[in-house]
Amino acid sequence: MDQNIYVKMEGISKSFGTVKANDNVNLTVKKGEIHALLGENGAGKSTLMNMLSGFYKPDSGSIYIHGEAVKFDSPKDSIKKGIGMIHQHYKLVEAMTAAQNIVLGQKGSFFLSQKKIKEKIKKVAESYGLNINYDKKIYEMSIGEKQGTEILKVLYQGADILIMDEPTAVLTPQETEKLFKILKNMAREGCSIIIITHKLQEVMEISDKVTVLRKGQTVKTLETKNTNSKELTDLMVGRAVDLSIENPKVELGEEILKVEGLTAEDIEKVEVLKDISFSLHKGEILGVAGVAGSGQKELCEAIAGLYKIKKGKILFENENLVGLSPRDIIYRGISMSFIPEDRLGMGLVASMDMVDNYLLKEQHKQKGIFIKRKPVKEKCKSMIDKLEIQTPGTSHPVKQLSGGNIQKVLIGREIDTNPHVLITAYAVRGLDIASSHTIYDLLNEQKKKGVGILFIGEDLDVLLKLCDRIMVLSSGKVTGIVSTKETTKEKIGFLMSDEIDTEVIAL
Amino acid sequence: MRMIKRENISNKKAIQIRTGAIIGSLILSGLFIFFLGHNPLDVFISMMDGAFGSIYRIKDTINIIIPLIMTSLGLMIAFKMKFWNIGGEGQILIGALFASYFALNFSFLPKPILLLVMFIFGFIGGALWALVPAVLKVKFETNETITTLMMNYIALNLVTYLQYGPWKDPQSFGFPKIANFTENALLPKVFGLHIGWIVTILAVVIISIFVSKTKYGYEIKVVGESKDTANYSGIRVNRVIIRGLIISGGICGIVGMMEVSGVNGTLTDQVSAGYGYTAIITTWLSGLKPSFIIPVSVLFAGLIKGGGFIQTAYQIPQSAAEIIQSMILFFVIGSEFFVQYKLVPDKRNEKGRERNVS
Repeated sequence: MDQNIYVKMEGISKSFGTVKANDNVNLTVKKGEIHALLGENGAGKSTLMNMLSGFYKPDSGSIYIHGEAVKFDSPKDSIKKGIGMIHQHYKLVEAMTAAQNIVLGQKGSFFLSQKKIKEKIKKVAESYGLNINYDKKIYEMSIGEKQGTEILKVLYQGADILIMDEPTAVLTPQETEKLFKILKNMAREGCSIIIITHKLQEVMEISDKVTVLRKGQTVKTLETKNTNSKELTDLMVGRAVDLSIENPKVELGEEILKVEGLTAEDIEKVEVLKDISFSLHKGEILGVAGVAGSGQKELCEAIAGLYKIKKGKILFENENLVGLSPRDIIYRGISMSFIPEDRLGMGLVASMDMVDNYLLKEQHKQKGIFIKRKPVKEKCKSMIDKLEIQTPGTSHPVKQLSGGNIQKVLIGREIDTNPHVLITAYAVRGLDIASSHTIYDLLNEQKKKGVGILFIGEDLDVLLKLCDRIMVLSSGKVTGIVSTKETTKEKIGFLMSDEIDTEVIAL
Repeated sequence: MRMIKRENISNKKAIQIRTGAIIGSLILSGLFIFFLGHNPLDVFISMMDGAFGSIYRIKDTINIIIPLIMTSLGLMIAFKMKFWNIGGEGQILIGALFASYFALNFSFLPKPILLLVMFIFGFIGGALWALVPAVLKVKFETNETITTLMMNYIALNLVTYLQYGPWKDPQSFGFPKIANFTENALLPKVFGLHIGWIVTILAVVIISIFVSKTKYGYEIKVVGESKDTANYSGIRVNRVIIRGLIISGGICGIVGMMEVSGVNGTLTDQVSAGYGYTAIITTWLSGLKPSFIIPVSVLFAGLIKGGGFIQTAYQIPQSAAEIIQSMILFFVIGSEFFVQYKLVPDKRNEKGRERNVS
């Protein structure tokens, strides 16, 4: 077999219970190639890569590495064959230095010569253009540096096939650029790189080839230079999709929510929100950008009355909300929907059905001690029709619905409460493209009605298209509030990396 | 072998598993009885006979079923909030204590009024005893398993103290006993059973409606599923916990009142008879569903009564009778595991073997 073919996966199938995660999938990656694995959530990208790195075993099909048929019993076997996987959540020991992390778990003599190790790390790092201070402790590192350490670790282990799972999710645009440069260096040195992603721009920017997966099957493998975003989206979704996001022109109403000098601490007395001030108008979508964990969650919870506030004011129609209970805040027409990583989080009760979940916000309005489920059931039915929610019925536990449908239930319910202020965080997290657009349309509809919307997002391209203004958070601080018409992605990326732009704030 | 959670289980399959468990338990405990030198079949039949064999025995068994169902209903409300109320015993005892105070000191009241007062204060006593751990939990996040358990010992020793001290009947010739209630402090009988059975049936109906049809029941369910969600949706979590525990303890308190007034005719430190602990099992086995509490309680009462009967009938020592009861329980409870999970052969090992062969 051709020695230049580093990875060949043939007819791979894998089922979990009744779900076919991979169905006869094929993938070929050559030496020096950056290969993007593209697909929506649940398309089977991660499953496929977990089989390549030895975490799962395929039910059928064969894997060839460097032309040799292999069967992995554990990740250790795959590492031996030169495969290194970098997960979304880094697996580093915080209290150790980068160098210590790199040699962790390596075979070798009992006594490690610090000098020899560092020399070897240095050699590896230099050959790929990776610039890392490997005497630095992990907890002192930025996310980008941590990722660099992970990459260096697998390279040190001798990997020439690198798998990266959504590597840019936690990076600023500038860090992403740096990463791509490193990846290109590695490819030039002869490594094969597989990158799992659902961001089209990245695929176009970095990959040589792209394989599209849909519902567990390979749709097509294409040369990146011969394709475009539109074609890839259509392949990913399985039909033609309109990619444009509307931003309807709405007469800006009066100020409805004003936050002044909001400061909050977490349990360990670390300030998670630092002197945050902004205002939200009726009929406006204010986007919130920032790398993950910059205080988005705390800001949402603070406004909803769920997070203890140390200092500052939250004025809703000139009334201070600080100190009010969540219940009182709901009564005033402020609705919050936060979609956490596991989707269910605190907005919904997993084991309860749609009707009972709808009742979470509805029951306060009902009079008397008895709960009336009948009228709620009707509302749920109309919500199912309106949002095209896929469910066997209203009396089905919501945890059995797919992620996208769960999110529609949550956001649909919040909108049905006819809020004055709608706070939504990660509303389209993990949703397929069609569902995402349904949600954008819903939000725009609310905007036209004069609702003030705080939209906490992950994808800068979406934020720029959907929102009227964007507030950038960085480690709990507001680093800038900019109008989407007068800014660029780069500018926002700059603000995300913790440098306050006094000029912009003055605007 | 490894276990995986069953997706869906048909009713037929579930019944098969449960029936299998009962047959298995009979075989194993039958072997045990055989080694004790008795005919297993005879012993099982007389267990049934001892529990349900005559009107008199059925009445006796029902006298166990009533407090078991009531206590289970009470605990169920706490358990639904994931508040582990282990304090049923104490709540029963204090309910009994409060009721007895009125029975002993206000016996001049007309019967309906006295019984009503005893009923209300039985509830208040139990509620108070559950309220302490509830407040501690809400205010200081104490572990309710510990506090409710400790409250049991306080209650038990309080009643013992009264029985041996201040409340001791002067006419009992030094025997540590509280005076018998007067006639107007005793629950009337309906069809030969104290009226508590009607109270129990009503309670099952009311509590069923309470948990499934009222806002309070709904809030209890949400709090049990996730306190964060409850808080987020504007439910006042602390209030729900306190309210729920007042009802939970109150129902157990009523059990105490019914036991002193309907069964014993006086207060003793034995009045709770372990119902507070047995009900933990029955509540759990019923899957926190009020309607399932009835059959489970009947089964348990039958086991208790039948186990007691074979001790005297066959001169089987108490410990041996309890072993038989435990074996049956072990199988019945164990079968619930197989209703929820199934065992499948471990594929990994098979594959490993394949590879070694090739």
